Amino acid sequence: MAVNRNFRTCPSSGLVFHEPAEKLIRWNAVAGVVSLLVGGVLALLVTLTRWPAVKLLPPDWFYLALTAHGLDMLVFWIIFFEIAVLYFAASTLLKCRLATPKVAWVAFWLMIVGALTNNFAVFKGDSSVMFTSYVPMGAHPLFYLGLILFAVGALVACFVFFGTLVVGKAEKTYNGSIPLVTFGAVTAAIIAVFTIAAGAIILIPTFLWSVGLVSHIDSLMYRTVWWAFGHSSQQINVAAHVSVWYAIAAIVFGAKPMSEKVSRTAFVLYILFLQLASAHHLLADPGLTSNWKIFNTSYAMYLAVLASMVHGLTVPGAIEVAQREKGFNKGFFEWLRKAPWGNPSFSGMFISLVGFGFLGGISGVMMGTEQLNLIIHNTIYVPGHFHATVVVGTTLAFMALTYFLIPTLFRREVMFPGMAKWQPYVYGLGMCSFSVFMMGAGTLGVPRRHWDMAFSGAILPHEFPGTAYLMMGIMAVSGIAAVIGGGMYLAITVGSVFFGKKIQTPDFKHVPVRQGMAPAPVPVAAAPSGHGSIGIGGFVAPGTFVLAMIFLTSFILYYFVNWKYLSTVWPLK
Amino acid sequence: MSAIQPPAERLWWKQPLDRVEGTWIVIAFVWCMVMFFMMPYWHVYGKQNLSNEAYRTTPEAYLAKAQAMVDKHTVRTVTEQNIPVVHPVPGSDVYLVARLWQFWPVLELEEGQTYRLHIMSTDWLHGFSLQPENINIQIHPGYEHVVTLTPTKEGTYSIICNEYCGINHHTMASKLYVVKPKKG
Amino acid sequence: MSQVPASPAPADDDMHDEPVPMMQQLIDNPFLLLFLGVAMPTVLYIVWGVMEIVGIPIAK
Repeated sequence: MAVNRNFRTCPSSGLVFHEPAEKLIRWNAVAGVVSLLVGGVLALLVTLTRWPAVKLLPPDWFYLALTAHGLDMLVFWIIFFEIAVLYFAASTLLKCRLATPKVAWVAFWLMIVGALTNNFAVFKGDSSVMFTSYVPMGAHPLFYLGLILFAVGALVACFVFFGTLVVGKAEKTYNGSIPLVTFGAVTAAIIAVFTIAAGAIILIPTFLWSVGLVSHIDSLMYRTVWWAFGHSSQQINVAAHVSVWYAIAAIVFGAKPMSEKVSRTAFVLYILFLQLASAHHLLADPGLTSNWKIFNTSYAMYLAVLASMVHGLTVPGAIEVAQREKGFNKGFFEWLRKAPWGNPSFSGMFISLVGFGFLGGISGVMMGTEQLNLIIHNTIYVPGHFHATVVVGTTLAFMALTYFLIPTLFRREVMFPGMAKWQPYVYGLGMCSFSVFMMGAGTLGVPRRHWDMAFSGAILPHEFPGTAYLMMGIMAVSGIAAVIGGGMYLAITVGSVFFGKKIQTPDFKHVPVRQGMAPAPVPVAAAPSGHGSIGIGGFVAPGTFVLAMIFLTSFILYYFVNWKYLSTVWPLK
Repeated sequence: MSAIQPPAERLWWKQPLDRVEGTWIVIAFVWCMVMFFMMPYWHVYGKQNLSNEAYRTTPEAYLAKAQAMVDKHTVRTVTEQNIPVVHPVPGSDVYLVARLWQFWPVLELEEGQTYRLHIMSTDWLHGFSLQPENINIQIHPGYEHVVTLTPTKEGTYSIICNEYCGINHHTMASKLYVVKPKKG
Repeated sequence: MSQVPASPAPADDDMHDEPVPMMQQLIDNPFLLLFLGVAMPTVLYIVWGVMEIVGIPIAK
């Protein structure tokens, strides 16, 4: 018996953990949280520098901190955590052993070495080229090398995930189709493969250029291919955090997807079209035709936006149905009022969902409209948008999942439960406000990645209106609130994982794979639309539908307000 | 059977659609189509569309064209650095050079007149951000982007760089003057 | 791999002989989806985009 088949059944959740997978999930999650810690400290420095009244760092340190903040948060924190989610979705949810744990460890160490190398290059001071590292501005070769090593590690980890799917199928650890959450993870992994391949296409020549083996890298070509990596990497997050929403709805409420067909088809739309949105970044660039821009920026006619709107309905819809079946069936919103708002897994997930939809989703479509991009490109509106998607959406969803993972995966009680109750609110609402005021300042033209909006030292400086300064000030205060929320999360997770009270596992047992099988499928008659007499007027989830209509109305209004604004600027052709 | 377990039904594809979902999908799809067709619609009926006209060139060739314009149409200079202010002929080709860390030359355009504004960088990436109009365009080295634009109101505008371009990025700003057309 | 179970019990398919719909088969196949998910953006975004950049004319 060469294969390690040690499984542990979690007494509190009933989940079956494969021990080698469990260890990998833990280590990847820990590496992610450490990156989050570094990125969070840098976030504070960046925010305090962009607060015009404080202006903490000198320009060289500001650009260094901003570069490292972008990389540690957008790449290292999120991808480490995503690998943990992938292993969880494959091994734990399929009750299946992880394929080739040894290779998975190689992947992990490659990613660690890559992350350290890249951070070393940045903190050395000669690689303040931002997350995007646009040529012809060059960084130290180690900067690119670190990213490449990290990407290779992540790619290997994706294939361990796919391998685990094969193992699960071959060993029949489950019946029928894979769970929806695992399917969402498949979506994330597929997007990751494309992302990393695109990263390799552009970063390897750039690395060779930085050591002098290639003489020239075209800036437009770089931006085009780099964004297939840079933007798609954020689409991995979308697929991953949508899966996490479904998972938390299932864990907290026992919610079942309203329809497997709809939710899975929506994920397929992500697989096919989400990555095209890399074109959002090139709408203000010369030379690419409007045909290419319109087709790609709209994810082939907004089919991926449709998918997000579907998930935005089906996740709360599934919660609503589950709640109504539990008896919270009065009126439109009893199910929501009586939801466990003190459970950080739920409150975090719900703020993530609403913040991602209203702030991140709507603003993303604005920026991604070919002409509207003209009044937004490279203003601070852009980071406003992606802090709503990647931070409120992804990071907060991952934080919410952590509160579930601490007792089940790390077998520790959550420390400071009172603080944990408040953490999603402090972090989520702080971040929402941060994003809103960034976007506000962006509509007044304040540039992103800019040390001084007062242009000190410029010969012909521009003077921004007082409102812009006010907005940047409120943004910074909100940012500090979010940093405090992030600090609370780190205190809780680090405290729990290292010093939390151990949860004993009295009935620890080694379960052979065959006994870990899912129960046989229920006959068709038992489950279908068995919602009984819940809901209003034939709608099983009327409350969610009302929320969706509110969302749509805000979307339409904001969309046309932007067109109206565009129509007042100088004519261009 | 929840989302973290395999679907309860073997043939989940055949499960009927829920009414809430069906209605929402139709509404969302219609909205997506509206948003999609807004973009081609604006190309036909809207006035603000970024031009796709661009040429590949070298910094030397581009600088030579800009220099020729400056030699011919400079009306005065500004600041201690004596940056030339150019008042080109309406309708003509106007050249703006972006480089570390300045825009050169300063332009003076006439209200209501249309110009073919060429923008290019001679070193790194820069950003053309016209304030307070808030028109933002990416500037590449090696690609000469030709934007046809029409200033609508006289006044003093700023051009700021909004693509990070190194340590003095925050000093890269310039002016663009819009004046009433000379009568006669 | 000695413990791979030899099809446990009479296979499930005996109980449901209705064939799995085509779309469900497609969605259940992660490797087909992987192919599509990589091919689509590669062709529509990268290849198309790079062709347009290469086709930018040279200034007079």
